[in-house]
Amino acid sequence: MINEILNMNGYGLYVWSSFMFTLLSFGTLYFVTKIQLNKELRNFKAKFKNLDAEKAEIVKKQEIYRGILSSTSSSKI
Amino acid sequence: MLNYFNPSNTLKVINKLQKFIFALFIAVLILGLFEALVLSPEDYKQSDSVRIMYVHVPAAWISLGIFSVISILSFGILIFKNKNFILISKSLAPSGFVFNIIALVTGSIWGKPTWGTWWAWDARITSMLLLAVFYLMFMLSWKIFEDEKKSIKLSSYIAIFGLINIPIIKFSVDWWSTLHQPSSVNVFKETTIHSTMLMPLGIMTAAFALFSILIFLMKYHTELLKIKNKGLDRL
Repeated sequence: MINEILNMNGYGLYVWSSFMFTLLSFGTLYFVTKIQLNKELRNFKAKFKNLDAEKAEIVKKQEIYRGILSSTSSSKI
Repeated sequence: MLNYFNPSNTLKVINKLQKFIFALFIAVLILGLFEALVLSPEDYKQSDSVRIMYVHVPAAWISLGIFSVISILSFGILIFKNKNFILISKSLAPSGFVFNIIALVTGSIWGKPTWGTWWAWDARITSMLLLAVFYLMFMLSWKIFEDEKKSIKLSSYIAIFGLINIPIIKFSVDWWSTLHQPSSVNVFKETTIHSTMLMPLGIMTAAFALFSILIFLMKYHTELLKIKNKGLDRL
């Protein structure tokens, strides 16, 4: 049964290499995107930490920034 | 309507959706792989090599779909100057490009056992290669210029110009004599593919669509953060 699935009537090399290439491309795109997202999140956190209290309050009041601040802990899939 | 694409609203949705779509994608992909590699029957002519269809066709469909959306949004960018359309286009392009490459590579692998060659300069394959060039130019247009306005204009023109290629890809198998087979799945005509093959094809298409949505959400989030990081610098 397993041999049949692997061999695929002699087309195993073509079928499996197609599926492997697809999954590898998915994995690469996912991890590259995740690294870029995490880098921007780290940058945002670092910049936010360096703000003085007054500016930090202004940022916290803005809805879009509140969304980002809450996402820094929740967006790690 | 345009307010629906407001970044503040979108960010809330992104955070809620990312985990859910990731889990759904994994579940649908596992089901699709099992259907495509184990349950679906072999073809009477192509034998088991037909299974390559389950990755090749969804990848081609989604890369075409994504480029069409980018092109339509580009009209919106030039006419309405909508900044969210720019973000959406930029965020869609990487997954569209990767799906385009998957379609080309798996098509090439499929070509060897069916046509006896890895590559042929026929209308469908060449127009798909041209689509990859348009994707590449679109993404590079954001890297070339320092001036964002120039990037926006150039990328929009590339996407709109590239839209001409979409019907060429779709109808190339009807307009010219090509090695590539005509469409088996049709919306307006009769679908010539058996339901036992249509089912895994549908599931794999759903899995690929979910993956493209996941990458889009992550890229959109990244682009939004880049803008907000610049905003923090200006404070």
